[in-house]
Parts: sequence; structure tokens; C-alpha cells
Amino acid sequence: MANIECPMSGKVWKILVKVGDTVAEDDEVIILEALKMENPIYAPEDGVVKEISVKEGQQVTEGDVLVVLE
Amino acid sequence: MELLQGMWTSMAFDNLYWGNFVMWTIALTFVYLAIKKGFEPLLLLPIAFGILLVNLPSEIMTPGEGLLWRFYHYGEEWAIIPPLIFLGIGAMTDFGPVIANPKTLLLGAGAQGGVYVTFFGALALGFDINQAAVIGIIGGADGPTTIFLASKLAPEMMGICAVAAYSYMALVPVIQPPVMKLLTTEAQRKIRMKSLRKVSKLEKIFFPIITVIVITLVVPDAAALMGMFCFGNLLRESGVVDRLSLTAQNELMNIVTIFLGISVGATMPAEVFLSPKVLGVFALGSIAFASATATGIGLAHLMNLFLKEKINPLIGAAGVSAVPMAARVAHKVGSEADKKNYLLMHAMGPNVAGVIGTAVAAGMFISVLK
Repeated sequence: MANIECPMSGKVWKILVKVGDTVAEDDEVIILEALKMENPIYAPEDGVVKEISVKEGQQVTEGDVLVVLE
Repeated sequence: MELLQGMWTSMAFDNLYWGNFVMWTIALTFVYLAIKKGFEPLLLLPIAFGILLVNLPSEIMTPGEGLLWRFYHYGEEWAIIPPLIFLGIGAMTDFGPVIANPKTLLLGAGAQGGVYVTFFGALALGFDINQAAVIGIIGGADGPTTIFLASKLAPEMMGICAVAAYSYMALVPVIQPPVMKLLTTEAQRKIRMKSLRKVSKLEKIFFPIITVIVITLVVPDAAALMGMFCFGNLLRESGVVDRLSLTAQNELMNIVTIFLGISVGATMPAEVFLSPKVLGVFALGSIAFASATATGIGLAHLMNLFLKEKINPLIGAAGVSAVPMAARVAHKVGSEADKKNYLLMHAMGPNVAGVIGTAVAAGMFISVLK
């Protein structure tokens, strides 16, 4: 079980996974837009998406939980 | 028949020479780069059109009469527009990353080393001392500051240096990465930085006030740029005058950019632009830029000798004030070494500090040389 936390403030641009998806370490999970730049957020470890805590278009800051894996 | 002859003489073909046609080609190339390649289009397009207009036979730049001359005279010679642009930049700038990590102020200063390297290079190449200062400031990659300094020290260099500064800003992602990779090891590029602390609203309100007091006392000649910059930032952070802050960032900025762009372009008639000096300016400009990148990284390495918590030296390269391009480049080069390394916000610290650094460097040149 792991939380994917937001590494820096920005806006959730695209969510690339659904609840129940299996992800592997280093898969792109979310694309965050910060300073007009697309920044992929990667899964820290293998797991299954348990919960997606944000919506596309939402402002997020550093440390916010984006996705919960188990 | 006489009528036809009269029409012919009233037309202006006679007043053109080959240089004008070269300038048309340059203007059209800029139009192409702006539209097709997205090279700083907000500025390059007005500049290109200004170049085209001034290289048509007309009185548009005649002192005291021409329309573009008036834009140029009141906007740039009087040094009004660059500080207004700084007002807008101040209103756009979030100093949070600098306040959270004040060490980055040093990095913003470190990158100004390139300005001085180029200054001496230009002197060695035979430019006079005022011209050399304006060429050096190109290394700060800051268009408004370059124009401001040129208006004070070497108005004849304004157009060329402005074009060089804006071109190199557009070329940040091309010029910087090789220098950055040359001066850092893979392991250094992988350094992850601790997350930035939260910055309170009170700190953000006090930052521009304290900054303007300190800088104006130390470098009074930077007051026009820094005063407007800090004022804009206070409008933003106060939270009570969103209308003013948004106007400074958007409408006002856009309006003065139109006047600035087209009249800077109009300072480049063929007689002025087509001289060997221009090549010198462009060559020195790229040296300015590369050496500013190098001194920024160098200072970061130096600081790491003393710091327990190492900084990623790549963010030193963001000390040139092309905001936020230089920060993006630092982030991108860092993420190539380690894709889970998010340097963007850390690099914004030196990046916005670089804006201050370049304005201070310009103020220092003015106080010494004017």
C-alpha cells in the first residue's frame, strides 16, 4: 500500500489510470501541469489503484495525496 | 504622361537600396519563426513588423515627426516601457520558492557572472565601454532590462541587443543543456532536493517591500526597474487589488508590449543593422548566455562544498532570468538523469532571483558608466 504524493504544486492535467488498474513501478499515473509544463508522475512501486483522490483540472500542492495504491 | 511621372516620383522606389531588401528578408524570417516555430511570438512579431516598416521609405522614424519615432522616444528613450513591463512581471512572479530557500538568491546573483565575462570580452573586441555593458547584460537573458540599459548607456545598440536578448531567450533550451551536462556529473544531476517549506502570506507581502528598500539603498540606479517590479509583486501578494494586479499582468503588459516591440524593430534600419558589429553582438550574446549558465552552476558547486543539504547544481543554471524557461530546462535536464526528480519549483528560486540579479547588474553599470 502506497500513496502517490504530489511532488510540487500545479494542476492535475490528465489522470492515466482507473480504480482497479494494475500499475508497475515507474508507470505514468498522472500528468501534472506546472508552469505550462507537463510533468508525469510515476508510480513508486507495483500495485493496484485503490483510490484516485483528485480530479482532472484540480489545483494541487506539494504533499497532497493523488492516488492510493495497494 | 506628366501625371504618370509625378506618380512615379511620389512613389518611393528610388529611396530603396539593397540593404533594405536584406532587412525585409530578415523581417520575414522573424515573422516565419514567430508564427511557424513559436519563437517568442509576442515580441518577435511586433519587432519584425517594425523592422519591415522602417525599411520602407517613409518618415515613420523621422525624429519629431514619425509615429514609430514617437513610440520609441517616449516609450524607450524615456525608459518608461521597460519598467512597466517589470511591473507586470512583478505581478506574475511568485517569490515563494526564494523565500522558502533564500540561498537561491545567491544563485541568481551567480549567473550574473556571465554578464561581466562578456562585458570584458566585448571591451577586448573593441566595443566602447557603454556598448560592452549593454552586450554583457544580454547574458542575463532579460529583454526589458537590456532595453532599459541600452536607453541609458548606448541607445544605438538597443535594437540589436534587444533582438539578441530575445533570440537567446528563445534558445534557452538549446544553449543551456550542453553547458549544464558538461559541468555536472550524472550523480550530481540526480540529487533530489528536499521539499520546500510552506511560505506564509505575511512573508510574501514583506518580501517586495524589504527587497525594494535594500536594493534601492545599495544600487539607486536600479530603482526604476526594481521599484516597479516590487510594486507589481505587492499588488499580487496583497490579495486585495486583484484588478490592479491582473491589469498589470495582462492588459497593461500587452499594451506596452505592442509599443515596445514595434518601435524596437523600428530602430533597425538597414544602415544600422547591416554592420559587422551585429555579428559581434550575436557572437558575444551567445557567449554571455553560455557563461552565465556556467557561472550559475559553478556557484552551486561552490555552495555545495559548505552545505550539508546539497543542492542540485542544475538549478544554478536557472539563475539567468528567462522565466520560466530556464527553470524548465533545469527541471528537464534533471529529469533526464532521474525521471522522478522534480526540480521545477526548486529552480524557480534562482530563476526569479535572476530577474533581480540582472536588474541590479544593470543598475550597477548605470551608476558606474553614466
